[in-house]
Amino acid sequence: MPATLLVVGEVADGRLARLSAEIASFAVGLAAAGGGAVVGLIVDAAPDLAAQEFAAYLPRVVSVASGAVADGVWAPHAAAEARRLVDEGVTHVLASVTNDGRDVAGLLCGGLGWGILANASAASWDGDAIVVEATVLAGKAIARSTVDAPNAIVTVRAGAAEAMELAKSGAIETRVPVGVPAVPAAAVLDRVAEAGAEVSLEEAKVVVVGGRGVAGPEGFGLVDELAALLGGVTGASRAAVDAGWIPYARQIGQTGKVVRPALYLSLGVSGAMQHRAGMQGSQNIVAVNRDPDAPIAEIADLFVIGDLFEVGPALAAELRARRGG
Amino acid sequence: MRILVMTKPVPDPAANAERLGANLRLDRAASPTVVNGNDEYGLEAALQLVQAHGGEVAILTMAPATGVETMRKALAMGAMSGVLVADDALAGADIPTTIRVLAAAAATQAWDLLIGGLDTSDGAGGVVTAGVAARLGLPLLSAAARIEPDPAARRVRVQRLSAKGHDLLEAPMPAVISATQALGTPRYPTLKGIMAARTRQITMLTLADLGADMLPIGGQWPSRVLGVLPPPSRAAGRTVTGDPAAQAREIADYLADQRII
Ligand SMILES: Cc1cc2nc3c(=O)[nH]c(=O)nc-3n(C[C@H](O)[C@H](O)[C@H](O)COP(=O)(O)OP(=O)(O)OC[C@H]3O[C@@H](n4cnc5c(N)ncnc54)[C@H](O)[C@@H]3O)c2cc1C
Ligand SMILES: Nc1ncnc2c1ncn2[C@@H]1O[C@H](COP(=O)(O)O)[C@@H](O)[C@H]1O
Repeated sequence: MPATLLVVGEVADGRLARLSAEIASFAVGLAAAGGGAVVGLIVDAAPDLAAQEFAAYLPRVVSVASGAVADGVWAPHAAAEARRLVDEGVTHVLASVTNDGRDVAGLLCGGLGWGILANASAASWDGDAIVVEATVLAGKAIARSTVDAPNAIVTVRAGAAEAMELAKSGAIETRVPVGVPAVPAAAVLDRVAEAGAEVSLEEAKVVVVGGRGVAGPEGFGLVDELAALLGGVTGASRAAVDAGWIPYARQIGQTGKVVRPALYLSLGVSGAMQHRAGMQGSQNIVAVNRDPDAPIAEIADLFVIGDLFEVGPALAAELRARRGG
Repeated sequence: MRILVMTKPVPDPAANAERLGANLRLDRAASPTVVNGNDEYGLEAALQLVQAHGGEVAILTMAPATGVETMRKALAMGAMSGVLVADDALAGADIPTTIRVLAAAAATQAWDLLIGGLDTSDGAGGVVTAGVAARLGLPLLSAAARIEPDPAARRVRVQRLSAKGHDLLEAPMPAVISATQALGTPRYPTLKGIMAARTRQITMLTLADLGADMLPIGGQWPSRVLGVLPPPSRAAGRTVTGDPAAQAREIADYLADQRII
């Protein structure tokens, strides 16, 4: 039986998340390789715009206007809508590697008992069975895994595919909500914005990262300055986050964000495996470190040996001079 | 209040202790085992909650019988008892099976909160806690940065990490929570804790005790690893030495070449 892939889309401030567009194109490519169909799902209080945006990448989008997600958590409702589509013949569910996407994948797995392939960065078919590649053990290896079954749930990482609009936008089908969430949905009493937390590290073209070497919250002034000069965003190692110098939302690595910018520039980061897991896909890696043996040298395109408190200000001055000239 | 924390033994991710064998598979025998990092954050939060509200913390693990050793580390932090589901038939169990086993085992215990990790350092699926909530039909409060129960009202509030900061969630207890690093640094076991852990009860359960039919037909899990490849290698880069101003020029030249500035 040919596969029908479901892409569970995510919405931020009424717009389609960029990762969802990538996963849509990932699924379209996979369906083309195996001769199957693809459908997208948008569940939101006001889904219209995001559904339209999703349909630019997908031949068919199911759009559910769910008032319940305005003041309740999203995943149990999204999982219930996905479950309805499974009952109508979806064979594979693709969700994002985000907190929401993993919640949906887990809720569906608990309900359906389907196998899960997590953190996919590539996928193909072996007959009916889907085969995915995923980085494991903080980047030490890439595993190819499969589920010997005609059904599976796959979570997909950022950067697995480039988002590509179709020649013609897909059809949008609006539906009323199933109404019964996969589990009782917790109430959302408040959505709190925190200073320094709202950054789209994953989408930044330039990421400037401070590690333990910046030696305190003041050290991030230099990191922020370079980020501003380069039109980038500030990130951090876990050592800097654990020290309380910068919010957890800025952490890059295995337990933080995964970034793949055009430029990753770090100051005083050693380059531990768990940190690399979040940045080794960057196009260009420039690292400033005073220790010639720091492990980040193994993956840096440019490894600058020196004191960050000297090299950093010199670089800021140089960038400013070139910008002015 | 009773809190049950799901603790998975994982190869120690620190100091590169996750040894890969010749075939690039994880050599678990050669890797010292610790409690998964996010589970420790959850355990620490649980211990602080029972200090504040009264009650007791227990732990739940599915692992081979040697998992007892890792569980002692969690007991040494202050958990009072443990449940270990150990069964030869579970070797290599896949994620849906792990979810079913943990949910069935959790259901044998009395608790107000069930806390798991957001994800694991060895598998990093990040789906088991949500899966267990689905099996149990309980509210899921995921990606917790703070947990505030109100035992009298039988409700719990959780600050859930969001892209912008956090969402404040509320649900009735019992509920299922997934723990993150943002909950705060776990305590080190004291010598007294380590001594006390030796005598704390770990109840061993087998699949037969759980009474559920969880084994795959033909004895083989449908999910399997086909092969493991080394990560793509990056071409060796250039080292930049000299005085800071010259280094800054060299960095800027490189960025200009790469059309970043
Ligand atoms: C389960 C687990 C998950 C983890 N997840 C993550 C994660 O998501 N992200 C993450 O980053 N880490 C993670 N870690 C931690 C990781 O192993 C490292 O401990 C951490 O990345 C180290 O941060 P760092 O490089 O800033 O600090 P350090 O390793 O202490 O390195 C500091 C570097 O700064 C250099 N330096 C100091 N002063 C100067 C100066 N004046 N000028 C120039 N250079 C200087 C030093 O030479 C050194 O190389 C995780 C660990 C575990 C066990
Ligand atoms: N074998 C296990 N024993 C106990 N808890 C587990 C086990 N596997 C997963 N968990 C729990 O589920 C969480 C998420 O795991 P995972 O989805 O595998 O990343 C972990 O942090 C644990 O709390």
